[in-house]
Amino acid sequence: MSSDKTPLNIPLSRRSVLKASAASAAVVTAPMIIPSSAYGYANEPKGDSVTLGFNVPQSGAYADEGADELRAYELAVEHLNGDGDGGMMNTFSSKALRGSGILGRKVEFVTGDTQTKPDAARASARSMIEKDGAVMITGGSSSGVAVAVQGLCQEAGVIFMAGLTHSNDTTGKDKKANGFRHFFNSYMSGAALAPILGEAYGKERRAYHLTADYNWGYTTEEAVRTSTEAMGWETVAAVKTPLTQTDFSSYVAPVQASGADVLVLNHYGANMVNSLTSAVQFGLRNAQANGHNFEIIVPLYSRLMAKGAGENVKGIFGSTNWHWSLQDEGSKAFVKSFGEKYGFPPSQAAHTCYVQALLYADAVERAGTHDPCGVAGALEGFEFDGLGNGPTLYRAEDHQCFKDVLVVKGKENPTSEFDLLEIVEVTPASKVTYDASIFGGELGTCNSGA
Amino acid sequence: MELSALLLQVLNGLDKGSAYALIALGLTLIFGTLGVVNFAHGALFMIGAFCSVTVQRLLSLSTVTLDETKTDFLGRPLEVKTPYVESWFGESVGQAMIDWSVPLAILLAIPVMLLIGFVMERGLIKHFYKRPHSDQILVTFGLAIVLQEIIKAYFGANQIPAPAPSMFIGSFDFGQLVGFDPGVLMYPYWRIVYFLFAMLVIAAVFAFLQFTTFGMVVRAGMADRETVGLLGINIDKRFTIMFGIAAAVAGLAGVMYTPINSPSYTFGMDFLVISFVVVVVGGMGSLGGAVLAGFVLGILESFASMREVIEFIPGINQVVIYLAAVLILLARPRGLLGRKGVMES
Repeated sequence: MSSDKTPLNIPLSRRSVLKASAASAAVVTAPMIIPSSAYGYANEPKGDSVTLGFNVPQSGAYADEGADELRAYELAVEHLNGDGDGGMMNTFSSKALRGSGILGRKVEFVTGDTQTKPDAARASARSMIEKDGAVMITGGSSSGVAVAVQGLCQEAGVIFMAGLTHSNDTTGKDKKANGFRHFFNSYMSGAALAPILGEAYGKERRAYHLTADYNWGYTTEEAVRTSTEAMGWETVAAVKTPLTQTDFSSYVAPVQASGADVLVLNHYGANMVNSLTSAVQFGLRNAQANGHNFEIIVPLYSRLMAKGAGENVKGIFGSTNWHWSLQDEGSKAFVKSFGEKYGFPPSQAAHTCYVQALLYADAVERAGTHDPCGVAGALEGFEFDGLGNGPTLYRAEDHQCFKDVLVVKGKENPTSEFDLLEIVEVTPASKVTYDASIFGGELGTCNSGA
Repeated sequence: MELSALLLQVLNGLDKGSAYALIALGLTLIFGTLGVVNFAHGALFMIGAFCSVTVQRLLSLSTVTLDETKTDFLGRPLEVKTPYVESWFGESVGQAMIDWSVPLAILLAIPVMLLIGFVMERGLIKHFYKRPHSDQILVTFGLAIVLQEIIKAYFGANQIPAPAPSMFIGSFDFGQLVGFDPGVLMYPYWRIVYFLFAMLVIAAVFAFLQFTTFGMVVRAGMADRETVGLLGINIDKRFTIMFGIAAAVAGLAGVMYTPINSPSYTFGMDFLVISFVVVVVGGMGSLGGAVLAGFVLGILESFASMREVIEFIPGINQVVIYLAAVLILLARPRGLLGRKGVMES
């Protein structure tokens, strides 16, 4: 019987136990020794192209701003792939981009419609990540959308390069390790505006705030109040207005009798156009109060909205992230590329989106990978210049860019339909920099989606 | 709270109310004559507003010359535009025409809106007379979305300013009329114009229905369509014309509203829901009720937006119209001036 050797009858020996253990160890550990290129990170590009996801409002109230963002992204893709005149790639201080795609792969893109609704924006971002294999999501024109999509990208393990979002929360209490913002924020608007307002209107002013009743409105009101109160202004009242409000007459009418001599409109988009129009109709621009000329302030300006408000913006102070009339080499190169392709100058939304696309591509080149953790590492603490706002730092602690902020004023005598704002002051980055911890929140750790 | 502040909100309420009343008047007219719940009525208001924009653009059509001494944003010679109307009628007349583009738009809006009204009624809505109200709501709401998207595709999503003639820019000092200090009770000229215009349109509609044979037949048809038909009168044709008139009223309300708020393609939806509440509170099919409810709800909304009121009851500004509607309908289920038998089986 001893010759009848079936496997089950193999006598246990030290050698056979060692063999069996080695074999099972090999089976158990097999997935871990497959090269990381197969299971390294979410949507790792395999072929000769890489897909980026542009998530912008293509319908709804911000559709025109979204269309301008998309134009900028298309221009960026063109430049990254080596077509066109190269735009700001020629002036960018980092020379990692060579017009040969990203890491040698041709850049392709898919688009989604945020509808300026957080739920719709998350759904379109998810679809681009899961169905189209987008390795990075970028764009948007609202802080509510930015915070929602940033959260989704963190969970999905892709990088989010925010578009136009101005709330402190995006890189404050809601910051995420996978999310990065180039655009400035409410705090910076307040810090840049206050000294100019003090100089223009004096230190003894009484302000009345009308504030859009949502996240961005609150942080903007708080920023402007804090910085103006610090220089001696008094806040007479702050009234929240519904986001859906269209006729602001009931909110504007009592302002003049309130004892205030400044009206601050913490409104954006249609809210800003309508409240400013009401304020001008009620004669606030020509009114006198407390021995001063009555003044109106719009903390966040956009050229597209200035166009909607028409004549009413003349002489009104505000802040903006970037303006096409800037004369640095980067801005000039971008305005030239964009203007020649589309026939009109780019908006600040277009600028920030173009820059974000370039910054992402550059970070991938420098990191040598699309792995979100590698990209985040390359962006954190990255100092650059030549992209239109002077020397800029992507701060590691909160993934917020620190750069010069523009204080602008509605132009009295525009020479064209685009010439609506004039730059009053370029506030240096050092004047608008704050401690990363003041808005709370935790970055957490980067998620590569592996 | 000062008396002047309260008076200011009454003025505001009358002004808001006049817009609500104009839209609700058309809505209730359509419901009263054709029995159709027209959710596309807000879109008609919006199209009226874009008649203003169109007239402004038509009057601003220009010849382009190059000014070599100035440059545009790309450093090319600046294009200088001279409107045709300035070349044809002289600079001062041409500029005055552009300045008065909003009131001039009324001339375009009336035929355009009548036509849109006829086409809508004959082409789409008449096929839904025998269908349940829910079908009518769905099809007219769908139509509203289509109209919005057409306007958005052509004019873009951003608001487009259409200012009032320069002589109406600024405010009238009401306070001084009634003995307050100067500057305490100021009210914009154009909003006063809007209120007076709305009153005029409402009076014209009432006079038309009350004092003309056509109006008498329509009123008779509203009371008993079948009997009027049996008398050999083509009541359907008259109701189609009334649909056109209702569309024109909404359009005129939109034209004159553009200096108050710069129009965008969502202009109509902002008013639609409130206008329906106005119609229901006024009493379905009651013209007087629509006007009365428009003003009552407009004034209530204005008072609820006062800082002192919001501080006392936070959020009241957003719900006051609906709260008032609930209370009024609890007390008077047919609305303020509603008649028995309307929308009741």
